[in-house]
Amino acid sequence: MAEPDTVLALEARGLTKRFARDDTVVFALDDITFQARRGALTALVGPDGAGKTTLLRLAACLMRADEGSIFVLGMDAATQRQAIQDRISYMPQRFGLYEDLSVQENLDLYADLHGVSHEQRAERYARLLEMTGLGPFRTRLAGKLSGGMKQKLGLACTLVRSPELLLLDEPTVGVDPLSRRELWEIVVDLVERDGLSVVVSTSYMDEAERCSHVVVLHEGRVLTRGAPDEIKQGARGHTFIATSTIPQTARALQAALIDTPEVVDAVPRGGKVRAVIREQRPIELPNVGFESVEAGLEDGLMMLLHRQASTRSASAAMLDLAPERRNAGPEIVIDVHDAVRKFGDFIAVNRTSFSVRRGEVFGLLGPNGAGKTTTFRMLCGLLPATSGKLHVAGVDLRKARAAARQNIGYVAQKFSLYGDLTIRENLEFFAGAYGLRNARKRERVEWALENFDLREHASDAAGTLPGGFQRRLAMAAALLHEPQILFLDEPTSGADPLARREFWRRITSLAEQGTTIVVTTHFMEEAEYCDRIMIQDAGTMLALGTPEEVRAQASAGGAVVDTMEDAFIAIVELARQKAERSGAAA
Amino acid sequence: MSAALYRTVVLIKKELVAVVKDPRSRIVLFLPVLLQSLLFGYAATFDLNEVPYALLDQDRSAASARFVAQLDGSPVFERVVDLHNANQISDVIGTKRAILVVQIPDDFERNMLSGRGAVVQVITDGRNSNTAGVAASYVAAVVERFNAAWNREHDLPDAPLRVETRAWYNPTLETRWYMIPTLIAALTMLQTLMLAALSVAREREQGTFDQLLVTPLRPGEILVGKAIPPILIGITQATIVLLIARYWFGIPFQGSLVTLYSALLLFTTACVGIGLAVSAFSLTMQQAMLYSFVLLMPMMLLSGLASAIDNMPDALQYITLANPLRYAIEMVRRIYLEGAGFDVLVHQMWPLVVIAAITLPTASWLFRHRLT
Repeated sequence: MAEPDTVLALEARGLTKRFARDDTVVFALDDITFQARRGALTALVGPDGAGKTTLLRLAACLMRADEGSIFVLGMDAATQRQAIQDRISYMPQRFGLYEDLSVQENLDLYADLHGVSHEQRAERYARLLEMTGLGPFRTRLAGKLSGGMKQKLGLACTLVRSPELLLLDEPTVGVDPLSRRELWEIVVDLVERDGLSVVVSTSYMDEAERCSHVVVLHEGRVLTRGAPDEIKQGARGHTFIATSTIPQTARALQAALIDTPEVVDAVPRGGKVRAVIREQRPIELPNVGFESVEAGLEDGLMMLLHRQASTRSASAAMLDLAPERRNAGPEIVIDVHDAVRKFGDFIAVNRTSFSVRRGEVFGLLGPNGAGKTTTFRMLCGLLPATSGKLHVAGVDLRKARAAARQNIGYVAQKFSLYGDLTIRENLEFFAGAYGLRNARKRERVEWALENFDLREHASDAAGTLPGGFQRRLAMAAALLHEPQILFLDEPTSGADPLARREFWRRITSLAEQGTTIVVTTHFMEEAEYCDRIMIQDAGTMLALGTPEEVRAQASAGGAVVDTMEDAFIAIVELARQKAERSGAAA
Repeated sequence: MSAALYRTVVLIKKELVAVVKDPRSRIVLFLPVLLQSLLFGYAATFDLNEVPYALLDQDRSAASARFVAQLDGSPVFERVVDLHNANQISDVIGTKRAILVVQIPDDFERNMLSGRGAVVQVITDGRNSNTAGVAASYVAAVVERFNAAWNREHDLPDAPLRVETRAWYNPTLETRWYMIPTLIAALTMLQTLMLAALSVAREREQGTFDQLLVTPLRPGEILVGKAIPPILIGITQATIVLLIARYWFGIPFQGSLVTLYSALLLFTTACVGIGLAVSAFSLTMQQAMLYSFVLLMPMMLLSGLASAIDNMPDALQYITLANPLRYAIEMVRRIYLEGAGFDVLVHQMWPLVVIAAITLPTASWLFRHRLT
């Protein structure tokens, strides 16, 4: 075997890790080979279950590989565990902060654990607190910090000693765009100023694009690796912006494009549609104009994924509802007036009013803790409002009897069907709970198995299936009774780009047939699929309107707004500044 | 079938499938009951065959001879010595030659024939309370058979013969536990309550409870759907212990199965009510476990299973009134060993109804009002 290269931060050679799940062996990692350079930022990219966390845990010597080897800073993880752990820092996805300790106490605790001397601490703390902006909050309890601040504190605790290699496992999951931007500035600064080596896993393409080297994992294998530019290369000349010459929503155009066999990928962006086309030329479509644009990392990745999974096509995701469901019911299906929800002194949702029309796709956007989950739970009738009026499907859900719930479907963020039951048993149970019987029940269960591509695994326990199946099952179960309104909480979180396209294609098709969709998401670009969106921060509604209107509102404040994420950041920042000014004035 | 009933049946089916599907819970539900009843059965050392007893027949009449013949006819008792006066009793018990002494007073036949009713005194060795207690209850059973025959012959409405039991060395023997039959209630409670306690908490923890709450299922339907599976499982467990008691340990069953199962149904319903209320209050499975253990320990200790309720301080005695196991143990013992019927068990049955009537609606209310 060749000697490990000491100029590499991380090197994997034929790395394989298997897990036994029930009777079958699952490959978490299958023959992985790659290198990460020292003093550089390397991204591990892939959807949930691709093997990112396993890879990082192997690098941190928290598990042993089944085959192959992994060298960390030139040392073999199989034999030099302690030496490696002395020189690296690893921040897991859920960092173990002690929520009942203050920011300072958490730092002290980790400094003690890592044996950082008292002389070193003063200088180190000053640097970390300045870097993370946590200086003013030293005495605050960690549990009282926002999601983004918690992650920053986690990073600070990870860095109480100076490691040579920093391993970060999805540090920005569940973090709002503002904090996400700040976290990345810290990481980039560490690499550029201190020459730190960083390996970071992420499911965000824009984050991967900032790294010098990208390793794309897919189902435990390396799909591709290289500099972002190399991966983009594959989509160069294939990427276009499509514009409709007739009045049509971006979502409708996107749906039309993605149903076209020549189109690899299509996503709505800024009121238009970004499309990746199999050939290096636009396709012929009536009333659609194409304009060539620079390819992005995601475009390159979609080309690769498309080749991998050419059989899976998003157009299979169209759903057919019974005709009588279409164009039924009142025009306004959700009406919220001055809704307030308090938990003790804490105001989770503050005087929020909006309404949603039938067949609309309505998006709730906001950072963690902004109140979107609380709003969502109130709409589903899972949480009573402290005051204000909420009418859903024509009735007050809080007081509504069981029959009113017949009209809504609910898909939770976390998989929340019965893991021990098979797919079919789950579907049959929920069909029964919604009062479907006999032939109707059989027909709907078959419909769900067919339309959501579940038949193959119908007799497998739901808990043992990969995330993609679970998400499809959850959505199928919520649609069995053909609800008027479908509520989805973070439905695409952790899904791979293909699955996300497929999901939105289904949503588009449901909305076209008159089902109202209410969806929360932290993927800002997904707001483009919505007819209207609402942005919340600290319990207050900051913006409400179509994606175009929200972008216009954001750029009216003077900010440069290209993407939905820019718009979001501009609006939230403006509101926070206002709040600070009025707080200072008072 | 009405919509509500249909939905409830769907939920019950799901609950049962979920329990049966899980190989762990399959084993956990039935194996420990089997092992525990055997273990406790043997731990309570006793030999109900050929219990050595001494007879002090002060009447020596035809009636007393007939009664003694019935005792001797039972394989349970073996007469080891005939006593001539009451002074000999302490010697026989003290030296452990006999576990119990049956004393027939000299006015026995006279009282029997006159219809005034007679008394036989049973003196037991309180040091071996379990065996003595069970043996004494067999004397009671013999007396009952004797009475039944006597009544037929003499056409009397009331039972003429009564048993008066005295435990020497342990005067509280009367309320001490007679182990095996009480296990039918005690072992069943452990898991019925635990199963119910975990059922809602598990769904809350795994997020499936929200999914259930957004379906048209009403709290009452969820309640019934969640209550019936553990009740069924509890009754199945009770049946296992009953079969072990009857056929493995060979303890004759004196009562009626209808009475026993009615009592068990009330008891498991009360336990499930407590379990579900705990479950609906808990936000995680860990909390539910903790709360159930906090409840189960005192429920066991204050049930009369291990120590007599009569001997407890007054305050504790009042607390036992809220303990379903207290009533169940008394009922099961009396049904099993004495053949008691509904008429005498009413006072044990209605408190169980009250407990269920408080805990079940509480659980149902908490389903929707315990917020996360």
